[in-house]
Amino acid sequence: MAELQLTDIRKSFGAVDVIKGVTLTVKSGEFMVFVGPSGCGKSTLLRLIAGLETISAGALSFDGQVVNNLAPSKRGIAMVFQSYALYPHMTVYDNMAFGMQLAKAGKDQIRERVEKAAELLQISPYLKRLPKQLSGGQRQRVAIGRAIVRDPKVFLFDEPLSNLDAALRVATRLEIAKLHHSMNGATMIYVTHDQVEAMTLADRICVLRDGVIEQVGTPIELYERPQSLFVAGFIGSPKMNFLNGNFAGRYGAKTIGVRSEHLQIGAGEGTWTGKVVHSENLGSDSYVYVDIGAQEPVIVREDGTKKHQPDDPIAIRPLPGQVHRFDDAGQPMGRQ
Amino acid sequence: MTTQVVAGVQPVRVSSFDLWKLIKRVAFFLLVVFIVVVMVFPFYYAILTSFKSGTDIYRVNYWPTSFALDNYTQVFANQGFLQNLSNSVIVAALTVALSLVLSVTASYALSRVNFRGRGLLLMTILAVSMFPQVAVLAGLFELIRFYNLFNSLWALIFSYTIFSLPFTVWVLTTFMRDLPVEIEEAAIVDGATPWIIIWRVFMPLLWPALVTTGLLAFIAAWNEYLFALTFTSDNSARTVPVAISLFSGISQHEVPWGTIMAASVLVTAPLVVLVLVFQRKIISGLTAGGVKG
Repeated sequence: MAELQLTDIRKSFGAVDVIKGVTLTVKSGEFMVFVGPSGCGKSTLLRLIAGLETISAGALSFDGQVVNNLAPSKRGIAMVFQSYALYPHMTVYDNMAFGMQLAKAGKDQIRERVEKAAELLQISPYLKRLPKQLSGGQRQRVAIGRAIVRDPKVFLFDEPLSNLDAALRVATRLEIAKLHHSMNGATMIYVTHDQVEAMTLADRICVLRDGVIEQVGTPIELYERPQSLFVAGFIGSPKMNFLNGNFAGRYGAKTIGVRSEHLQIGAGEGTWTGKVVHSENLGSDSYVYVDIGAQEPVIVREDGTKKHQPDDPIAIRPLPGQVHRFDDAGQPMGRQ
Repeated sequence: MTTQVVAGVQPVRVSSFDLWKLIKRVAFFLLVVFIVVVMVFPFYYAILTSFKSGTDIYRVNYWPTSFALDNYTQVFANQGFLQNLSNSVIVAALTVALSLVLSVTASYALSRVNFRGRGLLLMTILAVSMFPQVAVLAGLFELIRFYNLFNSLWALIFSYTIFSLPFTVWVLTTFMRDLPVEIEEAAIVDGATPWIIIWRVFMPLLWPALVTTGLLAFIAAWNEYLFALTFTSDNSARTVPVAISLFSGISQHEVPWGTIMAASVLVTAPLVVLVLVFQRKIISGLTAGGVKG
């Protein structure tokens, strides 16, 4: 419902620059994910958008209106916190209604909106309970419900799934994706350090590193055409294999990167030969760690459940056109 | 032969271990009994004495022998005592109310707002509570004369609040610092002002701390003697502890122990009731469920 424009946003805590000039447009109705290693400033950037931190320099505008000095509640945002941040002494209903009560909304209107949100998130049976009587997943749904009730222009999620266990995380991830579809038009910004969450949820991903944007693009763009060595290594699981020295020299690059699924095991006629270090069998596919004389073992994905013994000799080769080449500065030189 | 010896040793070791355990238990209970006796005996003896009359009072015995309410009727026959009692209630209640309002707001600032000199300010507040009452008595007396509060209840409320604030501020600051920041931020996003955050979000979570500090402030104000003696000149503003000390007998040489004890029991009873009532309110773990874990 709202388009966000960040123009050269900067934030420093004392002498420490945390956000060093971020310019970004989040389109109306887009699901944007901020991703990056811890300490890259992604949470700070979200808090700047929320208004929980003051912007040191630059302009933040919602639909063309600068909101730098607007209080969080006046910006039309709602935020879901990592630790849920529910009011422990209020019932689920009151937790969700609190914002509207403060905004002096009518009682019937509040009831209607809370009940609608509760229904959407399937927490209607718990409206009279206290947060401590709920499980972690239910609590996080209440927190999301509290955000929905505010009917915001922009939803902000600060690592909302990292306190949940693995199974619940996948389920809640699906819920959030469904929520984005059902609330057609709501702009969502989602912070995570988990690149799987980023890949599965995002319309576009913004990769941050040390307070600057490394790359913005759709998940597939980032996966297939990383604009730097950092993005290439950060997006994708398992991590992209990087090779230096002679391995890269043959491709006329400083570093080359090949994803594990773009390596083929060939019997003898491969480009690189080496020994199996270890193999992991995941059922549907397996990962083989191969020592080819590079600094780290190369990971190769193989369909099926074929077993490799350690120290078995093995030959591997990259699929043509799937070798990412990078120059001295870590900039891409195209694929070969 | 050897096996017999070994078999014989085993039970002895077990029983000596049990004996040692028993000794420890008995010693522990003796210690508890000793502590309870030391703490409770004076009050028990006061109750005992308050129900005696006439020359019975000067006879030492540890169990009730007679029962008379003479002392209590005498205390209430004294018109001034009811006045003293209501003075005490007003002074203690207002002191608690005032110091809780001031310390809740102060501790919000001290725990949540970042400003220069916050640590220094906290240490200063703590330092204030180090001065003994006598050291500030003269200065405080001047201040109270200056504000024209002498011989009024406000003189006592004012001075008691000053003395209870450092403690309440420190305790509440520590409690508030432990409240999760995210809850406050969620409230900010919901549109709450600092005032609403304090009263509608933090206060309910601070109940245990408020009850504890409020109770201690009440007890301190209720029992205070030195200021109450110095800042009042007649019965209109006198509180119970001072009034009791000024009880006089028929002649100059008679100390009216009976009425003194009856009055003492009367002023202690409300404190005991208060503690019993509020101890059930002192529940920990109120923040459970609001944030993770």
